[in-house]
Amino acid sequence: MCLGIPGRITAIVDEQAMLAEVDVSGVRRQVDVLCVAQQGKPLAELVGAWVLVHVGFAMSRINEAEAQETLRLLASMNELAGELDAMRNSAGA
Amino acid sequence: MQFVKEFRNPHLAEALLAQINHVAQRIGCTRKRPVTVMEVCGGHTHTIFRYGLDRKLPDNIEFAHGPGCPVCVLPKGRIEDAIAIAHRPDVILATFGDAMRVPGGSGSLLQARAAGADVRMVYSPLDALALARANPERQVVFFALGFETTTPSTALTILRAHAENISNFSILCQHITIIPTLHALLEQPDFNVDGFIGPGHVSMVIGTQPYAFIAQDFKRPLVVAGFEPLDILQSLLMVMKQIEAGDARIENQYARVVASQGNLAAMAAIERVYEVRQACEWRGLGQIAGSGLQLRAEWSHFDAEKRFAMQPHHLADQEQCRCGDVLTGRIKPPQCQAFGRACSPDHPSGALMVSSEGACAAYYEYHGVGEAA
Repeated sequence: MCLGIPGRITAIVDEQAMLAEVDVSGVRRQVDVLCVAQQGKPLAELVGAWVLVHVGFAMSRINEAEAQETLRLLASMNELAGELDAMRNSAGA
Repeated sequence: MQFVKEFRNPHLAEALLAQINHVAQRIGCTRKRPVTVMEVCGGHTHTIFRYGLDRKLPDNIEFAHGPGCPVCVLPKGRIEDAIAIAHRPDVILATFGDAMRVPGGSGSLLQARAAGADVRMVYSPLDALALARANPERQVVFFALGFETTTPSTALTILRAHAENISNFSILCQHITIIPTLHALLEQPDFNVDGFIGPGHVSMVIGTQPYAFIAQDFKRPLVVAGFEPLDILQSLLMVMKQIEAGDARIENQYARVVASQGNLAAMAAIERVYEVRQACEWRGLGQIAGSGLQLRAEWSHFDAEKRFAMQPHHLADQEQCRCGDVLTGRIKPPQCQAFGRACSPDHPSGALMVSSEGACAAYYEYHGVGEAA
């Protein structure tokens, strides 16, 4: 819940609702991007960006090299597996 | 910062440890009178145990495992509130997986589910809102807990429910804030901590300025840290160097994620939806004034306590467990008489044994039962 998981924004799903699709190690889900959107810029500029996702919300932009490194470390900690399971099995998703 | 590229290099861990060791020697701390550094966040506690960082340190440096695991400080009464709501036939109660295992007075939410309550595990509050959309004839209640890391997510979910005019969604709010609790700890006369490793993802939201009082008023250093082993070691070294120099400053080791001003959009969402709740109880720590959040009057129609005219439960902590002494760094988990006996990950009686971010669960998993600190 508090750890956060890095993912890459692949598409904007709903510009008005601030929803984007994020790819987290091959698992795709919609996330809210309001907290990483830049005022006055179209959401499309987020596509390709790496973000730290907490409980379905992109909370911070991170750069690609660092995101991949964090993923590698997280995967090795087995915690990625737990977060991905929760993401896959969530009742409302 | 110096280690921008290198700090991911595993070989750097040994170099960092050697440096930490040198600084400790220069400070002149000893096994009997060690330097004690509190990692506030449960995520840091987990990293420390997972990688055995505590064992790699010299015995004149100690980690104290702080109160920054929201599941671990969930009071029993609050679990009972959630269970009471979940047992209403018209309700679907949704929450995070960890919260389902915390024992209340009459059992956990998982046990309530086994007894027939409709309790669902979700990854995100947005998934709870999706349940409300899909089940218009039911009341969907999200048991919202966590520090500032997750508070924006429930604030934004409520704003979304409002925008979509979803009337069968509400939250049972157990959001808490870390600053008043750090303040309360520092005011205790026997609080024996020399410096802090600050919570990375809370700081991602609130920034670094709210910690200023720790340096100014209490003369302790705090370094906001990332969650990898080298992040923790580097942050520890930064704390130790400040102690050696007699400094007390707020530093940010986790600059790749944490901006000094925090996340303004997230803070604006919190501010719009929540206000301070004066009376707020923490498991193991008791009442800490002003440490909770509640929905502003404007959003009270999303408040499950009001929607179901609920009387909050108040239950004393487990007497045999010493969660509070562990949370404040006074004892290590094995010094609690319940540890590994009446309290284990399969049958937790204290909440610190539930989450993998709880100090007792981490100790149990990586150090076993037999080891006394």
